[in-house]
Amino acid sequence: MELHKTSPEISGMGHRMKRKEDSRFIQGRGNYVDDVNLPGMVYGHMVRSPYAHARLKSINTDAAKKLPGVLAIITGEDLAKANLAWMPTLFFDKQMVLATGKVLFQAQEVAFVVAEDRYTAADAAELVEVEYEELPVLVDPHKATDPSSPILREDREQKSNHIFHWEVGNREATDKAFANAAVKSKVHAVSQRCHPAPLETCGCVADFNKATERLTVYLTSQAPHAHRTLFALVGGIPEQNIRVVSPDIGGGFGNKVPIYPGYVCAVVASLTLGVPVKWIETRSENLQSTGFARDYHMTAELAADKDGKIKAMRVKTLADHGAFNAAAQPTKFPAGLFSVCTGSYDYPDAFCEVDGVYTNKAPGGIAYRCSFRITEAAYLIERAVDVLARDLKMDPADLRRKNYIQPKQFPYKTPLGWTYDSGNYEGALDKAMQMIGYKELRKEQEEKRKKGELMGIGISSFTEAVGAGPAHTFDIAGIKMFDSAEIRVHPTGKAICRMGTKSQGQGHETTYAQIVAQELGIPAKDVIVEEGDTDTAPYGLGTYASRSTPTSGAATAVAARKIRDKAKKIAAFLLEASEADLEWEPGKFFVKGAPGKAKSIQEIAFAAYTNVPPGLEAGLEAVDYYDPPNLTFPFGTYICVVDIDKGTGEIKVRRFVAVDDCGNMINPMVVEGQIHGGLTEGLGIAFMQLIDYDENGNVSGGSFMDYLIPTAVETPKWETGSTVTPSPHHPFGAKGVGESPNVGSPAAFVNAVVDALSHLGVKHIDMPITPWKVWNILKEKGVTG
Amino acid sequence: MTKKEVVKLKINGKDREALAEPRLLLVHFIREALGLTGTHVGCDTSNCGACTVIVNGKPVKSCTMFAVQADGAEVMTVEGLIKDGALHPLQEGFKEEHGLQCGFCTPGMLMSTYALLQKNAAPKEEEIRWGISGNLCRCTGYQNIVKAVQYASKKMAQGGK
Repeated sequence: MELHKTSPEISGMGHRMKRKEDSRFIQGRGNYVDDVNLPGMVYGHMVRSPYAHARLKSINTDAAKKLPGVLAIITGEDLAKANLAWMPTLFFDKQMVLATGKVLFQAQEVAFVVAEDRYTAADAAELVEVEYEELPVLVDPHKATDPSSPILREDREQKSNHIFHWEVGNREATDKAFANAAVKSKVHAVSQRCHPAPLETCGCVADFNKATERLTVYLTSQAPHAHRTLFALVGGIPEQNIRVVSPDIGGGFGNKVPIYPGYVCAVVASLTLGVPVKWIETRSENLQSTGFARDYHMTAELAADKDGKIKAMRVKTLADHGAFNAAAQPTKFPAGLFSVCTGSYDYPDAFCEVDGVYTNKAPGGIAYRCSFRITEAAYLIERAVDVLARDLKMDPADLRRKNYIQPKQFPYKTPLGWTYDSGNYEGALDKAMQMIGYKELRKEQEEKRKKGELMGIGISSFTEAVGAGPAHTFDIAGIKMFDSAEIRVHPTGKAICRMGTKSQGQGHETTYAQIVAQELGIPAKDVIVEEGDTDTAPYGLGTYASRSTPTSGAATAVAARKIRDKAKKIAAFLLEASEADLEWEPGKFFVKGAPGKAKSIQEIAFAAYTNVPPGLEAGLEAVDYYDPPNLTFPFGTYICVVDIDKGTGEIKVRRFVAVDDCGNMINPMVVEGQIHGGLTEGLGIAFMQLIDYDENGNVSGGSFMDYLIPTAVETPKWETGSTVTPSPHHPFGAKGVGESPNVGSPAAFVNAVVDALSHLGVKHIDMPITPWKVWNILKEKGVTG
Repeated sequence: MTKKEVVKLKINGKDREALAEPRLLLVHFIREALGLTGTHVGCDTSNCGACTVIVNGKPVKSCTMFAVQADGAEVMTVEGLIKDGALHPLQEGFKEEHGLQCGFCTPGMLMSTYALLQKNAAPKEEEIRWGISGNLCRCTGYQNIVKAVQYASKKMAQGGK
């Protein structure tokens, strides 16, 4: 799919256009939710449980209420009267808004204090006296179904901590392939509990106007339209009376997809008090109570012949969902898109089973910078392939090459049911190997080993599945996962467009404008993009799962083409020519063979309001709701080189090459920026981050003191490259890309470290691979004293 | 609640005053009492640097300082970078080099790198990386922030500011 190259003036697709949204951010003029200040606004603060599992004996709010400036204190019992003590999760469970009966995780929401200012609200929260009776705590998911473990969820009919069993694939055929295989390899890998930790935490300002009965909620929401509908369905407020506004969002990465108890409490408080109520999470609250990701305890086995041709994959996984199954995911499958775990490789048989359990931990999880459970899947297969290569004593690049799905096999149906749209995996591998100088590195490694130095090279050849819908597979609370765009061209040829998605830093104000520029020839600088206000934007399901380009991006192109069809009629009228005689190039229609006889899109737009052809309605606008026929499947190969200090276990990422293929790019500068950021998040996950709990369910890793975020010093210089294999079903051949680096990189980092230690017999190390972990291994192996 | 006191300071060249409880953090004073919301709060442990401002010429995490401690001080926030409608070379650099995505860390980054360039007009890459090591960014991976600072450093050497 070749794209018409537009001029820099138009700046359609492929141009490295500077971002339009930057101007306000570099001047401190962004408008994030905590910047929203309304007349009469008051503040909410959450009282949280210090215990992981305890019976609530009593809540005494007398002292708190006496504090000057305190306006209201809401407890679970209060919410129960309005039938709001519990709310549905996004995946067939419910969770407590404020605790009633007992608490199930540390930092669980117990009461909501409203006061005239932030500090008073926090003071009053300290004065709320809650009496608890401690209960036995379940922390280890492997013990969830032990008869000796406490049953956590008394509200459920099923008296068990088991949430679901899910399986997919052909168990018999897979078992048979394993029985007959010459080589079998196995790896246990934990994709540890981590957190997206966008720099802006979650929060809202709920503003109920008692006179108009309208509720406006300024919300850190990646899905404002879906959230409006959920507020209507759960809260019983007529949907036309709810307006959700997602202002500028300081990063989301999946953290801002669910509805959290704080939002509901702020809404209830505003409904009660009739004034705007602001609730902003602290960082520690953010890490401890909202939006954790992963916590997948996985075993993968690969069966292969002695030459390394993979025959089958078998996966068994235990999923820790915490106290409530608050999985923020839009599939019908309890483990989301985890079954994409067969990866970039061609083999006939696979079987995957996942069991979900409850523990006394924060509920979730969310899809942290990935389609739900894709990062876990990609990490697992890329680790498993490396372990197989080690068992076969093959170079991991050679083993991958031997097993890739070949370009001519696309569309490719995987043994677990997905249909990959397009790919050229060997192309990405070749490019990455060439960029990094793979052969020379292997030689260097050999020489270093002789000298006793530790150096490793790690490869990851991931395939992602992004861009939910299609509607037949994906929905949120029954709402199908299409997405939308509305374009209005003004009489002077400038345009405004609105989408159902919501940027959290991805640069939509620029990239969507470039799509309009590409399709209509209106310069991107003349196109304003607005998202996030449910009163004005067309309905959509929001931004996550790298779905903006595959869905709203596609809708933008289709809407623009509808406009172009009408523009052609107007041009034919103005040029006194037949439509069949007109040709298009971005920005104008001209008569075939007579390029001088032309009408620009700006002239056509003016005519649409001033000189409409008879029989045609005035105006130049269109809307499109796009339901993609399939997901898009971006892919890439990442290669990482690490050096390890024998004395300290410290790991230095010396080089990292990322070759990504996301089909046709809208703005390569923005794509590279997404890759840099996602790789850095992957670095944090691989080496630094874990939301851990002690045996009493106390969370460690619950603040930025303990939950480490990579700084500029640890972060290496990323080297990026690309290949282009367009998606055959997307209107302009694009695939999503924002999540690829987070999905693909953890395996590359881990594979590199394991490779550095493989000659010592090390086959796997669980993330986060800290210097302490490595140092202990070196000590055990007698490498360091 | 303790009695509020008047805090007077010069911020972005303007004399301003407002009441503050002794425990009020400078960041909340700037954002809420003075209405300058460019300075952000990203954590509660002084790790993230989103609240960085310049106090008497030095970069300070304004969540670690009480407003009353800034009484009489000269403070600069992100809003003070623009001069006579012209962007500071650092602001230009962040835009030109795609040094921001969500924009939430950007004001703090701009303040830290402003202080860095005051001290070291031509920092090496490693010096830039250490210079922003008290500022967390979740979007960019820092690479283009480094380039943005290099852009500004060059431009300022050419007499840009």
